[in-house]
Amino acid sequence: MIEVRGIKKAFGDQEVLKGIDMDLKPGQCNLIIGSSGSGKTVMLKSIVGLIQPDEGQVLLDGRDWTAMKEHDRKVLRQEMGMVFQASALFTSLSVEDNVRFPLDFFSTMSASEKNERVAFCLDRVRIPQSALTKNPAELSGGMQKRVAIARAIVLNPKYLFCDEPNSGLDPETSVVIDQLIQEITHDFGMTTVVNTHDMNSVLEIGDHVVLMRHGYKVWEGAGPDILHSTDQEVVDYVFRSALFKKVRAALK
Amino acid sequence: MLSGFLRGLGSYFLFLGAVLRRPESWREYFKSFIREVDLLGMSSIPLVVFISLFMGAVLTIQTAINLDDPFIPDMYIGIAVREGILLEFAPTIVSLILAGKVGSNISSSLGTMRVTEQMDALQVMGINPASYLVLPKIGASLLFFPILVIFSIFMGLLGGYLAGDWLHLVNPDNFLMGYFDEFRPYYVVYSLTKTVVFAFIISSVSAWYGYHVKGGAVEVGKASTKAVVTMSFSIILFNYILTDVMLQ
Repeated sequence: MIEVRGIKKAFGDQEVLKGIDMDLKPGQCNLIIGSSGSGKTVMLKSIVGLIQPDEGQVLLDGRDWTAMKEHDRKVLRQEMGMVFQASALFTSLSVEDNVRFPLDFFSTMSASEKNERVAFCLDRVRIPQSALTKNPAELSGGMQKRVAIARAIVLNPKYLFCDEPNSGLDPETSVVIDQLIQEITHDFGMTTVVNTHDMNSVLEIGDHVVLMRHGYKVWEGAGPDILHSTDQEVVDYVFRSALFKKVRAALK
Repeated sequence: MLSGFLRGLGSYFLFLGAVLRRPESWREYFKSFIREVDLLGMSSIPLVVFISLFMGAVLTIQTAINLDDPFIPDMYIGIAVREGILLEFAPTIVSLILAGKVGSNISSSLGTMRVTEQMDALQVMGINPASYLVLPKIGASLLFFPILVIFSIFMGLLGGYLAGDWLHLVNPDNFLMGYFDEFRPYYVVYSLTKTVVFAFIISSVSAWYGYHVKGGAVEVGKASTKAVVTMSFSIILFNYILTDVMLQ
């Protein structure tokens, strides 16, 4: 379980997070949703430690991540995997080497065991053999996201973080990526946190959803329940986001 | 303006502190170091050879024309060319050229990694991006720039000799004697010390600019330009300081 307690963050005079509490459920797909500027990216970066919050705590299975020393943080980071909005694959390395990279740094596996693990992860995200020696720039956006997922899970992390994994993808590929994240979460028992503004993802994979607006948490609950909320802010957000047929059909 | 400069200087030293942390994996850092030697050093050899050959040739022609006097033996032209290449042209001019080639490469590659979140990816993995990305570049520059400058000295001397001979500006034997006459090994120490300082300036300043890029592709380009300007100023300034300290 990831517990967020009273997180506040300001950049200069601009308060981006205004004291947020949330419980992100273990072994589930937890979605942080909200429109642009709601603070969800700062929230996710605060949870993974890329941004140091001004106040509050992030507890990873009871361990106070925000108060940890740098050395302990580095150890704990090996339990984390992250998929970035722009995939963030290393352009100087091939697809295969990108996935192998965390193993080379932190694993005591033999070379053949590493090869097996890399092959398993790439197979799991359905990357064909023909793509292994390619440079990430030669892949489509969807394939880059899948390679990024393979790299994120190669150390078998407990926590998987995804920052807008559907960004820049067509609706069909977005669904494929969503399903992949859901499968991986449930198959490997990970605690997954996905940052998105895609209402389709909420209905497809949102085991647990947190809605943010202007730096506050507006709503928290199981994904489909958001459609039954009577809170005006939630209703407004859902209607604004109802761009997909599935959402519209569910609303009827 | 002064406060901005001091803030930048403070940020630069904090950055160096982050760069000089203990590596997470010596083996991976060493692999990266070898890649950087190839990328920053080996790939610069053709450019250094070309520049140095013509630099030596031009220096010989200019010196020979200006010392065209029957009372000045050709040996002195050789000495002048040797000292010019050894003391100034090879370490300083080659470093300025490398500031443009290698420095802009470091700055733009790190800047691109910053704006495409590749550095964040390293940090989330538990790898110190400043150390992993910059330390091998500094190490490769410190090791390979002196090799390039030694190479440049020899190529410059060769270019000077060939130009003098082919254009019949000097008697080749007398000119060559000047290369060896009253040679002071300390000048090599001076030349290489300057090169090591310039190598550190080029690799660390350009890395600082690239590492702190905010924004997108336009900012990466701007950072690269600023890095080259700052490095050039710094090289010229430290050239004066080191010359004053080491040759006075």
